[in-house]
Amino acid sequence: MAFYVVQFLTGLASAASLFLVASGLSIIFGVTRIVNFAHGAFYMLGAYVAFTLTERLEGAFGFWGGIVIAALVVAAIGVLVEMVLLRRIYHSPELFQLLATFGLTLMVEDLVVLIWGPDDLVGRRAPGFKGAIDFFGQNIPSYDLFLIVLGPVVLGVLWLLFQRTRWGVLVRAATQDRDMVAALGVNQKWLFTSVFALGVFLAALGGALQIPRDAVNHAMDLRVIVEVFVVVVIGGLGSIIGAFVAAVLVSELNAFGILIFPKISIILVFLVMAVVLIVRPWGLFGKPEAPARRTPGLTVNPWRPLTTNERLAAIAVLVVAAALPFIAGNYVLTVGSEIAIFVIFAVSLHFLMSVGGLASFGHAAYFGLGAYGVALLAKMAGLPMIACLLLGPLLGLMGAGVFGFFAVQLSGVYFAMLTLAFAQIVWSIAFQWVSVTGGDNGILGVWPEKWAASPSHFYWLSLGIAAFAVVILRIIVFSPFGFALRATRDSPLRSEAIGINGKRIQWTAFVIAGTVAGLAGALFAYLKGSVFPDNMGISLSVDALVMVLLGGVETVSGAVVGAIVYKALNIWLVSQTDWSKLVLGAFVVLIVVAFPKGIVGTLEALMHRRRKSSSAASPLLTSRIETAE
Amino acid sequence: MRGYFVGAGLAIAVATMATQAMAQAEIKIGEINSYSLLPAFTEPYRKGWQLAVEEINAAGGINGKKLVVISKDDGGKPADAQTAANELVSSENVAMLTGTFLSNIGLAVSDFANQKKVFFLAAEPLTDAITWSKGNRYTFRLRPSNYMQAAMLVEEAAKLPAKRWATIAPNYEYGQSAVAVFKKLMSEKRPDIQWVDEQWPPQGKIDAGPVVQATAAANPEAILNVTFGADLVKLVREGNTRGLFKGRTVVSFLTGEPEYLDPLKDETPEGWIVTGYPWYSIKTPEHDAFLKAYQAKYNDYPRLGSIVGYQTIKAAAAILAKAGSSDPEKLIAAAEGISMPSPFGEITFRKIDHQSTLGAFTGKTALKDGKGIMVDTAYRKGSDYLPSDAEIEKMRPKD
Repeated sequence: MAFYVVQFLTGLASAASLFLVASGLSIIFGVTRIVNFAHGAFYMLGAYVAFTLTERLEGAFGFWGGIVIAALVVAAIGVLVEMVLLRRIYHSPELFQLLATFGLTLMVEDLVVLIWGPDDLVGRRAPGFKGAIDFFGQNIPSYDLFLIVLGPVVLGVLWLLFQRTRWGVLVRAATQDRDMVAALGVNQKWLFTSVFALGVFLAALGGALQIPRDAVNHAMDLRVIVEVFVVVVIGGLGSIIGAFVAAVLVSELNAFGILIFPKISIILVFLVMAVVLIVRPWGLFGKPEAPARRTPGLTVNPWRPLTTNERLAAIAVLVVAAALPFIAGNYVLTVGSEIAIFVIFAVSLHFLMSVGGLASFGHAAYFGLGAYGVALLAKMAGLPMIACLLLGPLLGLMGAGVFGFFAVQLSGVYFAMLTLAFAQIVWSIAFQWVSVTGGDNGILGVWPEKWAASPSHFYWLSLGIAAFAVVILRIIVFSPFGFALRATRDSPLRSEAIGINGKRIQWTAFVIAGTVAGLAGALFAYLKGSVFPDNMGISLSVDALVMVLLGGVETVSGAVVGAIVYKALNIWLVSQTDWSKLVLGAFVVLIVVAFPKGIVGTLEALMHRRRKSSSAASPLLTSRIETAE
Repeated sequence: MRGYFVGAGLAIAVATMATQAMAQAEIKIGEINSYSLLPAFTEPYRKGWQLAVEEINAAGGINGKKLVVISKDDGGKPADAQTAANELVSSENVAMLTGTFLSNIGLAVSDFANQKKVFFLAAEPLTDAITWSKGNRYTFRLRPSNYMQAAMLVEEAAKLPAKRWATIAPNYEYGQSAVAVFKKLMSEKRPDIQWVDEQWPPQGKIDAGPVVQATAAANPEAILNVTFGADLVKLVREGNTRGLFKGRTVVSFLTGEPEYLDPLKDETPEGWIVTGYPWYSIKTPEHDAFLKAYQAKYNDYPRLGSIVGYQTIKAAAAILAKAGSSDPEKLIAAAEGISMPSPFGEITFRKIDHQSTLGAFTGKTALKDGKGIMVDTAYRKGSDYLPSDAEIEKMRPKD
């Protein structure tokens, strides 16, 4: 019995650490709607700065003072980031801020290694909380007890702050309805800055408090960020109490789950999230999101098919690309194939995001399913390459069919997180089912047949399929189905009123996107000759998201440019420098500032402004429609 | 004006010839590792191979040609490692590929090497598959494999009186196969042993408190640990506070390597039976020479990564020198059965499975001046801890 009590308390201590970080994220998201990917980076910075301070400052006061100062220092960095970077892009398309914070995260990962060195750093134990307390023969670390108390204390302080201060009232109002708060004359700028600072402070505090338990290292951020997102979503976005309950739920399920299934930790949080979101689409304590006031499709120029001249130009570009094998060597051609494959992958996600208005955080699942489909067909059934390429993506189709059905019942960030949960479940199956998938050692020896083996042939194959995929998806965009999909995206109510079955349309779009991603994955398996669980991992999903955002989410085919720029740059930087993450991150941040609508989106807007500079009527019209709903 | 052009043309021609001459006098090796993902291991590793390159070129290069190592980062992703391998082979025209740390990346590059018919000398990946079940004729491996390290540890562990054993290992191929081999070899030697609990925390994400508590609840007499890096730190800290290691013997993979032992500082648990690299207590002329050169160049002590990096390039150079060519078939012929000196004494690349006989040190952890060290150390030759040839032939696919 004593054991179960202690295991429960241990779970509570884990929950407290998780809650500190999650509460900050929840507050930031609730008010600013920023999906702060850099939250983990701030957590890690908190730990690093606290390590330095607690090593320098003497005694108990030095330790606790160091922890608090570290959190304050990092919060100040957070303020700087908010003022210099994020303020510029609040009016960018939804999720664009994710790109900026993603760039920051990349930079911080390299910076901490540059500043603090590559070794794992082990800080000192907390003065006064070094030992353990005996509980009927079981030991409970006293630091765990400290954390168990600290969690509810922080929760209480936050509750008072939000319920009993004017600032808190404004924050809650902004969480509910940002535009209304702005309309009532509240200075949003400072509200956002202060909220961001508080959130970052909590993240850094959470990181700093890990010093007596953890080793400070450069991978801490990724370890925590996904888990924290999951906790926030399970609890319900913007709900602090929800975050607390979710943290306790996840931690306790893990603490007791490993007694029965020791391998459960790897997937537990995602299983819980999937179940919670299917049963309660807005998390445990969340409220349904108010219908969006701004209609996304109208902030840009209306879409139109390419004119004849533009078509000719596109064909000319394709011809030039197809001529590459006559001038370039094998390496360039293989990189070219890889880029073409990522163009397919990115446009499939772009289709879902921009036309369907559904941002998936787990699109790599269908890419990976396509790749595994090919690998299993080729290795187990021994099918020829053509058959594999045609049948492999069907695994992506099936996966998208099943998961898409549940996912499209949700919208916004909840949709994104459910797709992430599904992707992680698929990933863990590939990771754990060693007898079929080979586990993380993957499936080897999936090489193309002779006719496609040479780099130039494979390049032509990839390029051809990429062009085909882009054209098909564009045709779908301008088909009646595409219009119905856009109608559902822009106004669920109105589209329903004219008889469009929104969920079915979105589900179909999800399946289309998943199948095309599967096609990209199938080609990728042949390009690399092997398949690994990595091919459906979170980082690949994030890569795809970055490509789409970089190209411009409000364009028809911006992802093509986004994929080419990001992938080419990534490969080149990794090859040329050891600090590729730092340079790539800085580049992403620069792009975000220079092209606030994505590369293609900003260029289109510029051209549009030049063309339409004479007529002053259109902006007025647009703004009227925007507020009409 | 015309003279000007002629002069410029001449200069260009001379410059081109000079580069060509230089290119002919160079031998290039392509090296890939997870530099950005695992800097704690790969930084000393890089220093190790850079020292080797310097020594080789100071001694006149390889058959008179200068050795150049072109190094690439794979970011910890198998797909990126293949991109890098392809660049090294297709555009840099390297004579061979070396490096890699993670098992799945090692396997990905080995499969690439097999497909493109390139010689590949795997430095670090520990998976048994790379030389056995998924072995191929183009791939050789330097470090003692999972199996070998398990066999070394089992020799000590079997002497313990403990009968109830629990395992804690990261939930991926390395952890899984380390536990599987250890269990198999251990149960062969000690049929009386019971395996009472196993914990599989995700790699890099251990929630140490519950894991320690769950292990303790099974009340084992001894524990096998396979976690390393930050996970190990967390496990040790929680285990120390909660008294998990009191009265229990722990057998632990890799923990004696400075990369993983040094961060533990004064929290190093005492008396664990580990494999590792006690650079401070190895007294052989080969190692002394290496240690002196390394400390002189970097003003720092070597980690195990330094040894692996150093010996990888030394082995590559020895193979290239013996082959006298960069033709992969000749390299394979040269590498099969080649013997060479190393800081750990002479090693041989076996013909049967392309595994080197580089060994490892075993010993016990201890605390000295607030730092963790290995004591009672012994070097165990790799050749003594490999299965019989017949068993290997059963596992390894025919070429």
